[in-house]
Amino acid sequence: MSSTGFNSQNGPGQPYANGPLQNQVVLQPPGPCYNMAHQPPYNPMQAKGPMPPGPGLYNSGPYQPIPPVSSYQASPGQPMLNRPPMGPPHPMTSPQSTSPFPGPEQATPALPVSANSYYQHPPAWQYGALPLMGAPPPIGVPPPMATPPLAFVDNHVTSSPSLAPLQASSAGYSAAPSPVYHNAVQPSGPPLPPTSLHRYTQPGSAPPPMKPVAPPHTYQPGMTAPYGQPPTGPPPSMRPTPPPMGNATPPLPFGPKTDGHIPTPANGAQVPNSFDHLETGPKMAGPPQQPAPPARHMGLSYPSLPPGYQNTSASPMQAQTQPYSHAPQSYQQSSAGPAQLSPSLAGLSLQSQTPETLRVVNLLQERSLLPPGPITPPTPCLPQDLQKINCHPEVFRSTLTSIPQTQSLLNKAKLPLGLLLHPFKDLSQLPVVTSSTIVRCRSCRTYINPFVTFLDQRRWKCNLCYRVNDVPEEFMYNPVTRSYGEPHKRPEVQNATIEFIAPSEYMLRPPQPAVYLFVLDVSHNAVETGYLDVVCHSLLENINALPGDSRTKIGFISFDSTIHFYNLQEGLAQPQMLIVSDIEDIFLPTPDSLLVNLNECKELVQDLLKSLPQMFAKTMETQSALGPALQAAFKLLSPTGGRVSVFQTQLPNLGVGALKSREDPNQRASAKDIPNLSPATDFYKKLALDCSGQQVAVDLFLLSSQYCDLASLACISRYSAGSVYYYSSYQQQHNPAGVECFQKDLKRYLTRKIGLEAVMRIRCTKGLSIHTFHGNFFVRSTDLLSLPNVNPDAGFAVQMSIEENLVDMQSVSFQAALLYTSSKGERRIRVHTMCLPVVNSLSDIFAGADVQAITGLLASMAVDRSVTSSLSDARDAMTNASIDSLTSYRTSVLTIQQPGLLAPACLRLFPLYILALLKQKAFRTGTSTRLDDRVFAMCQLKYQPLAYVMLMIHPALYRVDDLTDEGALNISERAIPQPRVQQLSVEKLSREGAFLMDAGSVIYLWIGRNCNPDFLTQVLGVPDYAAVPQNMNLLPELDTAESQRTRAFVGWLREQRPFFPILHVIRDESPLKASFMQNMIEDRTESALSYYEFLLHVQQQVSK
Amino acid sequence: MEAAVFILSLVDCCALIFLAVYFIITLSDLECDYINARACCSKLNRWVVPELVGQALATVLMLVSLHWFVFLLNLPVATWNVYRVWKVPMGNMGVFDPTEIHNRGQLKSHMKESMIKLGFHLLCFFIYLYSMILALIND
Repeated sequence: MSSTGFNSQNGPGQPYANGPLQNQVVLQPPGPCYNMAHQPPYNPMQAKGPMPPGPGLYNSGPYQPIPPVSSYQASPGQPMLNRPPMGPPHPMTSPQSTSPFPGPEQATPALPVSANSYYQHPPAWQYGALPLMGAPPPIGVPPPMATPPLAFVDNHVTSSPSLAPLQASSAGYSAAPSPVYHNAVQPSGPPLPPTSLHRYTQPGSAPPPMKPVAPPHTYQPGMTAPYGQPPTGPPPSMRPTPPPMGNATPPLPFGPKTDGHIPTPANGAQVPNSFDHLETGPKMAGPPQQPAPPARHMGLSYPSLPPGYQNTSASPMQAQTQPYSHAPQSYQQSSAGPAQLSPSLAGLSLQSQTPETLRVVNLLQERSLLPPGPITPPTPCLPQDLQKINCHPEVFRSTLTSIPQTQSLLNKAKLPLGLLLHPFKDLSQLPVVTSSTIVRCRSCRTYINPFVTFLDQRRWKCNLCYRVNDVPEEFMYNPVTRSYGEPHKRPEVQNATIEFIAPSEYMLRPPQPAVYLFVLDVSHNAVETGYLDVVCHSLLENINALPGDSRTKIGFISFDSTIHFYNLQEGLAQPQMLIVSDIEDIFLPTPDSLLVNLNECKELVQDLLKSLPQMFAKTMETQSALGPALQAAFKLLSPTGGRVSVFQTQLPNLGVGALKSREDPNQRASAKDIPNLSPATDFYKKLALDCSGQQVAVDLFLLSSQYCDLASLACISRYSAGSVYYYSSYQQQHNPAGVECFQKDLKRYLTRKIGLEAVMRIRCTKGLSIHTFHGNFFVRSTDLLSLPNVNPDAGFAVQMSIEENLVDMQSVSFQAALLYTSSKGERRIRVHTMCLPVVNSLSDIFAGADVQAITGLLASMAVDRSVTSSLSDARDAMTNASIDSLTSYRTSVLTIQQPGLLAPACLRLFPLYILALLKQKAFRTGTSTRLDDRVFAMCQLKYQPLAYVMLMIHPALYRVDDLTDEGALNISERAIPQPRVQQLSVEKLSREGAFLMDAGSVIYLWIGRNCNPDFLTQVLGVPDYAAVPQNMNLLPELDTAESQRTRAFVGWLREQRPFFPILHVIRDESPLKASFMQNMIEDRTESALSYYEFLLHVQQQVSK
Repeated sequence: MEAAVFILSLVDCCALIFLAVYFIITLSDLECDYINARACCSKLNRWVVPELVGQALATVLMLVSLHWFVFLLNLPVATWNVYRVWKVPMGNMGVFDPTEIHNRGQLKSHMKESMIKLGFHLLCFFIYLYSMILALIND
């Protein structure tokens, strides 16, 4: 398996197992394991789950896919299927197996017939009951995996046709997974018999019902009787499942995570959950109930229904259960079933959730709203099995994890609907598939993903446009398990994030090489700052680490009032400088030798880098012809495409694109409104679009102490999908911290992964549409973003609208597909798919609100508003956003009106974040803020991924003078202390302490005047407070426990982001104290409200 | 004389109708993804000023021939055209900006605007036609 299997692909050079014909998926871990590996990275939650390891996940996943089999097909149905697979039954079986079917070989995929029989077999149930397994599972997991899957496959294949087969198939599915579990769970236990599999299936069937019902209720209900088989085990699982049903989050609390194995994702998941539970839960005792399980499930879901009812298949759930008995019926039902289930589930979930995310919080009374640790994104209320494989929230996040059914409902909620993406994020594990045909929907071109429905083995239904597609022959073979006939188990259908190696149809031209062009400002001003040394030095150091292959090209241009090209052709003794002084009509002196192969001409390049800083040391030229230099760069790169890195230190004042200073420093603080946030010329935008058309991206490094009109210059990067770096007051001598920051950023910039000639398409289920995009790119058509370069630090956001009512849908999906050329010249497609439930009540919408994502999206919208309208408009809009949504909550959701400012628990931080945004550099008024600083902050809000944006908006404050190892994280043998996050208020500071503020791109360490002397000596290495140096940016490496803890903590914070935050140690007299204090957003300042005042203001508006 | 004014208006109006149809077709091409935003916007921006001139011409003709009702009918449209060009931000590439057109429903509002103009021009077309025939008969 492993061979075929997945190779983890994180790194650029990934080993793919290329099977000749079949798609090979490469996962790092061997077959069974791969799941684990992959998923963990994606879904933290899952990862957390101890049990779930690979097998668990797989099971759940596969199961879901399985639905394709007849009955399951219906989306809901699928879950159900999954359920059957649910580990639990299997586990159960295993025990049983010992008795009934000693034959451990799971391999013997259960025959359809046998499957049926199994269902009936009580013993199996018992096994299931043996929840014990749960506990073990984590342990044992690995071995069995492979075989079981195969067996399953077989089953599927055979079963598909007739009813009986169907049943069998279903059974098979469940069985398949279950075997895994068994293995995992019961390492020692007897092998699983095929029969056990069947049993599993049964449970599985049962599980579906469970979801709906189960959560809250007892499993016991008589229901069990009818289905007797449904092992007790299932019921237990059911309990856990309820949460799933409920929609995700609430259920989880029940302990799903711990169950981990259970991977309780969504409905389908429920089943798994139940298994898990079974396994984990001691209660398993229940097992005896075996027969009941299915019934129970049913009962749980629809408690009111008599068991018999269930049989009738009144509900979708029933349908599932029935499938076993009545294959044909089940099919049809299944389709309907899912839909039905979801609503019912949703209802349940709501109720159960209410305590958590909808708990009413009176903001005026509860002051400590911040959780002690990082804020976790809400989990969509999906069946657990679906949720388990859902896209990781750091990659793909929605502001509302429950999508409203209609636009009018969305309007009522007054919350923005949008997605935040970080599609090219560095992932530690990523499944990569090599395949000659990539399976996509024939009408909407959606890539096959875990949320599609398999109608049967040969057909799948697109989850975006609902077209029924054929499964290609090649897709029938699963390279991971080397088995045939289980398309639902292929990695494409098991992973919400996956990467394909694209065949030649995805290339308009041969993949371009990585081409890097550096455009350096060498005017007097630039030489003064001394940045050239740093850039050249950094490049020399990292020249071998530049991503690329043997075709990588590099070139240099420098400019002041003229443009200097460097001929680096092989054979020259030293680099040759060619000066073009005709900046009106720029031309390339020797087009062929300006961009050279890096490997062949490395020595010349190194020579140039060594001599460049000296070459211009005495220059007196003060003008800067940036525009012509960019035109030259564009001309040079347009045949190939590539990346231009521009280093600029002053306002361009010569040639095309010359700009004039538009800032009046005296107006900075007093102006009511901030003018000049929009570009002064369309030159940079036009050039950027030209660049975009030729696959050239321009990254801008602005190092300056004066006004440079970033608002205009940033356009060159914004529309060519580059990035912008801005270092205000950069000065080699006077600002060593800034220099270090620049160095570290540059290192990351030079060595990070790069995707060339990329496009990204964001698709969503029919009925939804994207109406606004945020980020750096050019929108080429309605859903296609043109990204000449894509880098791992780029974030994107889109706003969605609901064009058609999503009435008959229980869930909607979003898919972002990023097609790019890797630096190794491979064409790849990275696909992320996210599935979210659809709800029809306001309270559900509020329960699923993701306050961080909402804040991030609102920030992007406010930036747009500031530019197109005015800053004060944008500020009002943000304030109104919080007022409107809380008003809506108060009037439409709250049944009991109480005094105070009431918010659901999930939005309790909303007013705080809005206030933080109002005090953010980008939007603040009344405080002197340089225009470039402001514009840069706006750029960052738009293209930084959410995780970094949140720190910019609301920094984290920790008290660090009393760090302990209590509750510390252990990462690679290091203990990382986890101090509590404090409110950003001066009242939290104490003169006796030391406080660390993590503001994303900068970290402040504030030392109180009466700080504990131990801390000063042991961590800072100074005898007393007065000896703390004015400009301290490093923590000395002292050999004390306190020092180690503090450094471990700071190091850990830094590792979490790709850029390098500088550390400033500040004390009362430090000049930086002001910027530290400005981040105390809960306090009142001369020009801004305190948090409490803001709340009062909001309350006043809300109660109007 | 009066007939000549209306014949001229009629021709002008036909041109404006064609232009409005062209705008609609081009925008719907963009909507359907047949052309990209850059091409679409550069095509459309080229015709923004001619459209403005055509509309202004019709307005002025009505004014000089003292047809107050038709003049007042045309005036708001002519004013809107001028305002639209005048309010384009410095950093934008014209009334239709390829980087903005997919944002904030601009494509839809442009489409709506073109539709309304088409309706308006059709109305004018019949008014001019009627007036022209009337003028010819009176002559």
